[in-house]
Formats: sequence, structure tokens, C-alpha cells
Amino acid sequence: MARGKVDILLAGVGGQGTILASDILAEVGLQHGYDVKKAEVHGMSQRGGAVESHVRWGERVYSPQVEAGQVDYLLGLEMLEAARWTNYLAVGGVAMVNRHRVAPPSVNLGTAVYPSEEEIQQRLARRASRIWWVDGTTVARQLGNQTLAGVVLLGAFSGLLGDPEDFWLPVIERLVPAKFAESNRAAFSAGRKLWMEGVSQCATCVS
Amino acid sequence: MKKLMTGNEAFALGAYQAGVVVGAGYPGTPSTEILMNFARYPGVYAEWSPNEKVALDVGVGAAYAGGRALVTTKHVGLNVAADSLFYAVYTGLKGGLVIINADDPEMHSSQNEQDNRYYAKFAMVPMLEPSDSQEALEFVRLAMEISETFDTPVIIRSNTRLSHSKSVVTIEQEGMVAVGEGGEAAAGERPVYERNIPKYVMVPGFARQRHPVVLERMACLTSYAETVPVNHIMQGSPKLGIIAAGVAYQYAREVFPDATFLKLGMVYPLPSELFKKLVSQVERVVVVEELEPFIEEHVRLMGIPVMGKEVFSRTGEFSPDKVRYSAARAGLVDSPLQAPPEVGPPLPARPPMLCPGCAHRGIFYALQRLRAVVLGDIGCYTLGALPPLNAMHTCGCMGAGVGVVHGMDRVGVRDRTVAVIGDSTLFHSGIPPLINILYNRGVSTVIVLDNRVTAMTGHQENPGSGITLLKEPTQEISIENLVRGIGFTKVDVINPYHFPEVVRVLREHMDCGQPSVVIARYPCILHTREKYPPCTVDRETCNDCGNCLRIGCTPISKVDGGVDIDGALCNGCGLCAVICPSGAIKAAGGTPATGINAGQANY
Repeated sequence: MARGKVDILLAGVGGQGTILASDILAEVGLQHGYDVKKAEVHGMSQRGGAVESHVRWGERVYSPQVEAGQVDYLLGLEMLEAARWTNYLAVGGVAMVNRHRVAPPSVNLGTAVYPSEEEIQQRLARRASRIWWVDGTTVARQLGNQTLAGVVLLGAFSGLLGDPEDFWLPVIERLVPAKFAESNRAAFSAGRKLWMEGVSQCATCVS
Repeated sequence: MKKLMTGNEAFALGAYQAGVVVGAGYPGTPSTEILMNFARYPGVYAEWSPNEKVALDVGVGAAYAGGRALVTTKHVGLNVAADSLFYAVYTGLKGGLVIINADDPEMHSSQNEQDNRYYAKFAMVPMLEPSDSQEALEFVRLAMEISETFDTPVIIRSNTRLSHSKSVVTIEQEGMVAVGEGGEAAAGERPVYERNIPKYVMVPGFARQRHPVVLERMACLTSYAETVPVNHIMQGSPKLGIIAAGVAYQYAREVFPDATFLKLGMVYPLPSELFKKLVSQVERVVVVEELEPFIEEHVRLMGIPVMGKEVFSRTGEFSPDKVRYSAARAGLVDSPLQAPPEVGPPLPARPPMLCPGCAHRGIFYALQRLRAVVLGDIGCYTLGALPPLNAMHTCGCMGAGVGVVHGMDRVGVRDRTVAVIGDSTLFHSGIPPLINILYNRGVSTVIVLDNRVTAMTGHQENPGSGITLLKEPTQEISIENLVRGIGFTKVDVINPYHFPEVVRVLREHMDCGQPSVVIARYPCILHTREKYPPCTVDRETCNDCGNCLRIGCTPISKVDGGVDIDGALCNGCGLCAVICPSGAIKAAGGTPATGINAGQANY
């Protein structure tokens, strides 16, 4: 990797596997030879609250959190959560979003409205140069477990970064329990396939 | 070997390598994982104590007997343990005693954001503050050395960002690393307690002899702080000198890359000579510290002009952008990289909720229906205060509700007042106020939400679980025997999912005019992974009354002309089916709420 720093922000909903995905990303960064820091807040996340995790790769990383407006890649495991962190994206950054909605309580109760995909797209486009939509949850459901969506997203992201597949797979196998290694491997490969086949649509934005 | 570790994992490894033989604590975010990780190392003893004070007394006992001990707590837990901290400072110890205390700026999972550096000053105990996982590992060893050299407990201050962030740790050596000369227990010898009544019995006559010892010790530690390598100046531009410690140091390094830094690894006692040295080298000194002006006050008292809290906020957690924005506003750096960006209209918030299938939901829905005034405390069940349940009305700290309900009783407010408390919380600090209700002729009802585990912090074992932190089977403390033993005669155990019975029993207890306890028991389904086929809605029968939306269960959402249940999220407990007035929601048979005899269980 030639770049001086890579700042990634993952955003999702508690129970989606956001923290596992960020753990994998952090280890991949270490394997690339970067100094790595990763930050998130546990505690309330298990109960369906919003979860965000910062992963920073760089020659020397000080702060565990990325500065607002400096994120290179925003990985959204859930659409509304991706939209929520738009202001952390650097101008010209890249967003990759799992096309999946989890309605927050106010939307369930009918007191707030979940933004449309177009609205989220427009919001992200105020910052992002490229926005990739990935049907991660759909693919994960086909694999029999929708919580694999995060790893599907990572498969696509590895393609975006141009990393070889076998650079990531050993990390994933090391981090997930042995009995889930096969399904996670399958999810990663499925995500990668999405990327390679160009199934995910890139909506190029005005930047 | 290089390894990515959280601060908490690094603390645990540091403790193991420093030869800690006894670890004790009470779960509390963000400190919990320190002891969980420590317990996995071979040959160590670790326990969840019922509360932080007990944990500290256990640590003190181990250290009195010559073993090296670790005690872990979140910031508010040190309030609970404060009494023990103050005596341990007077007595000193034989083996080393290190307390790892995790503050929570921003209150990610806490009721306040107290700055526990003041405990160091208040109790006169040295405090270290690491800034990343590498230092977390190394500072435990250093703390152990200081503890045994100066005969004092040592506090290491972490915070949420350090405890829960990962950074690269270089591990020089697997296994234990020798520390100092003491700690024979660590070296494999059998510890022996040496009797020393004047040192260890803090009656006034002996305590008066110890106070000067403590002051003299602090004087020695103050000299030590001037030379300890973790306090050091990093030469940079002579224009600006930054004093910082902990994670705030990392933010400051990003925002002031060229400045001269005085990085403090030891935040109490503070090194006055080093401050003077920094001042002599730079044109302007700025203190970057989260929360209170702890370092700033010290430097100002020395007559040194510094900038601190007039620039950086006294509330909340710092971040690189916050530090940069504040510094820019004060003219310390050029304008922020970007103005705080506005990217669109506000989005719906996503607060945490009780889990789908949670046993607490039915209780709070019943309390809401009964229009109860609910005096609560800290646990998953505090989420019962949020809409749409809105069924907890006070929450201050662990165990508070049981005392608060009695205080209300004593001014004559007792109609429909109940206290709710969890099982772990009851063991933690609920028993004395429960005794108080009986002793002082109260008539309050206390509901114990007993899910057999400390769920909020991630399912740690507690005295009701029947298993220890080391995963050994043990006696389950019976809450009904406990409260009957205290003297409560009106005690009922109910299944919280059996909604009609819940309503009947709660109403009866609130109306009975005598002190009473309801134990609502069902093991946490998230922990036991109990799951049933998802509930479904018959849209033909649904009359769109919205009743099921009032229980605040995430999978249930409002759709045109009725509701929908997300089958992927639904746990299938069946509560929504039980409370649906038109019978439009279908649940499987035999679930917690629809099981045989549901609502009329015979206990």
C-alpha cells in the first residue's frame, strides 16, 4: 500500500457484526505493515443501538478516532447509519453501503420517517466522490445468516482496495470461531464476487 | 511479537506478567473486560465480587498477605470502594496492589462523568495514566513496582477510549516478567501474613501514627515523579508547549504536530520541576486534559500562566476534531481543516432498546398500565424509562431505588410506588436498603428483576448465577431465601412473561399496605440464546389499535392499516400476542409468554 494513511469508519446497528468487521479491518491493516488503531464504544450496542467503529491505518497513528471530515472510506452496514456519519467523510471520500434498512423505534412508532434511498444517496453525495451500494444482507440471507452481511461488505471492500483475496481470508479465519469459519469465508467470497462482477452499482456523484 | 490489543486486554496481560495472583472487581463499562481477560491466564485467581468495595477489600487482603493483587472498577465503582481505598492508603500493604479505574467521559454508559484523578489527590495515592495499549501493558508493571517500593496502593486511570480501543502492542516476552524484589507469592513461594497491629489496625491511636507516614510517602513520590521516565519532555517548537496525559495526549499530537510536549504518564503526584523546565523552554504553555482542570490547577498554583479550560471543554469526551476546533478558536492553530460540516436535515435517532424477547418488557408494560411510580437504578432495565414504555421515573446509581422508595413513603407518597432492582444490583447494594424498609416500618414493594446474570455489561456471572468468573460451579444465592431471612413475609416469585399473572401480582402487592418483595425470575434469553418461531400478524384481524407498539419491541413496526413483525429480529417470546386485544398476533405455543399455564403459573 502506497498511501500514507487510510481512515475507515464503519457504521451499523447493534447485532449486525460491525465490531467483528472492524476487528478484521484492523488486522488487515497490521498485515499491510501499517500502524493501526481502532476505536468504538461497547456497552449499549447490543441492544439495537447505533454502533460506529473507527479503523485507522497509517505510518504512525496517534488518535484512535478519525477526525470529522477526514474519513477515506465510510462502510455502512445499515443505510440510515451510513447517512448519519456522512459528515465524517472527507470531500472526495468513498462510501460503500449495505442496502439494508433497520427501522429505529421512532420510525416503528410512526413518529419519524426513514429516509429514502435517494435521500441517503444525495446526502452521501455531498461528500463522497463514489457511492457503492452492496446487497450484502440479501446475499447473506441466501447464505443462511443475515449477520454475515458485514463480511460480505468486506469482500466487496477488499476488491475496491485491490487486495488479493488470500490476503484477507486467513485474517477472517483467525478471528471468527472455527465453526463459523466456512460460512464467513463463503460470505467474503460472495462479496468479492459482487465486486468483481460489478453487480453493485456505482452511482458516480458530483464532487 | 506485535499484536493488536484493546487497552483492557493489555491491562490484563500486564497484570499477569507482573505476577498478579489475585484479581477482583465488579463488572462496569468500560472496565469489565480487564478482569474477564485476566481470568483466562493460567494459575491466577480472579473473582467477580458482589460490589467494588468487597473487591477492594479482597485485593487488600491478598496484598496484606504478600500476594500481588489487581482490583478493577469503573469510575463510579470507586465511589463504592472509596472507604476501603482511604484505609488502604494509610496501612500500606505487603504485596503490590494496583487498582485499574476506568473513567467514562461523555457518559457512554454511565450516570455521570466524574474525574477520578481527584481521588488520587483526595486519598493521597499515586496515579498513572497510559495513553495507548502498549502503555497499558507496561504501566501495570510500573504500578506494581511503585506499589511495593513505596508501600502504597496505586491507581491506574483508564477511560472508555483507552479501554475499548485497539492499538499495536509489542510483546517482548510471553509469560511472566519479573518485577521489583517483593511479591514472593509471584515467585512461587507460599505467602505468609506478618502480624503488625500498629500498621494494619486503623484505630485512632495507630491511624494518627500513619497519617505522617502517608504525607512523607507523598513527598517521596513527588520527587519520584520528577524523574520517572513516563513523565518526559519531547522537544519540538519553542513557540508552544503542551502538557497532556492519557488519550488526550494522542489527540493533542494530531492537532499540534510541531509543539514541544510534556507527556505525563504519572498524573499524581504532579512534577512541578518538569513544569518549570517546560516553561523555560517555550513561549506559551497549554494544558490539554479531558474533564476537570486537574493538571491546570496545579500549574496555575505554581504561578505559571497556562491556557486550559478557557480553550477546551470541561464536559464530554475529546476527539481530534473537538481539540482542533477549540484550539483554532483560541488562535493556537490555523483554522480547522474544515468547518463543522452540515450535510442535511436531522435523521431519526437510534437509541438502545430492551432486546426483542427481553423478560423486563412485560414488567414495565404492566407497571405502565398500573400507572406505577417506579424508582429504579442501573441495569438493562433502566431502558424501561425510554419511550414508549416510559415506566421508570428515577435512576441515580446502583441500589438507589430501594432507598428512594422508602424516602417517598416517609413523606407520605406511597400510592403505587415501587422500587425495581436487578439481581446483580440487589447483591451489589440493594440488601441494606431492603433491611431498612423492614427495620424502619416501611410499606414499600420492591420488584427484583432476576435474570440470573449481570446482563448490561455483557453477561457476567453473579452470586445468583451458580457459576464463578473462573467458570467453577458454586452455590446459587437464593433471593427468596435472602429476603425471607431478612424478615419479609409477603414474597412472591413470578414468571415475568406471564402477563396476566404479572399484572395481578403487582397490583396485589401495591395494594397490600405491607412491605413486600416480588421476584420476577427468568434467565436472560439473550444469554441463554432461547428463541422461538417469530410471531406473525393476521392483517385481516388487526384493527390498527397500536397496542403492540406500546411495548417498544424493535421488530414490530407501524405500516399502513396495521403493524408488521420483522421475522428476522423477532425472538418469538409471544408477549405481543398475549397483549393484542383483537387476537391478530399469532405466536407459537409453548413460548415463555404462551406456554402451558401461562398467566396462572403456580409457584
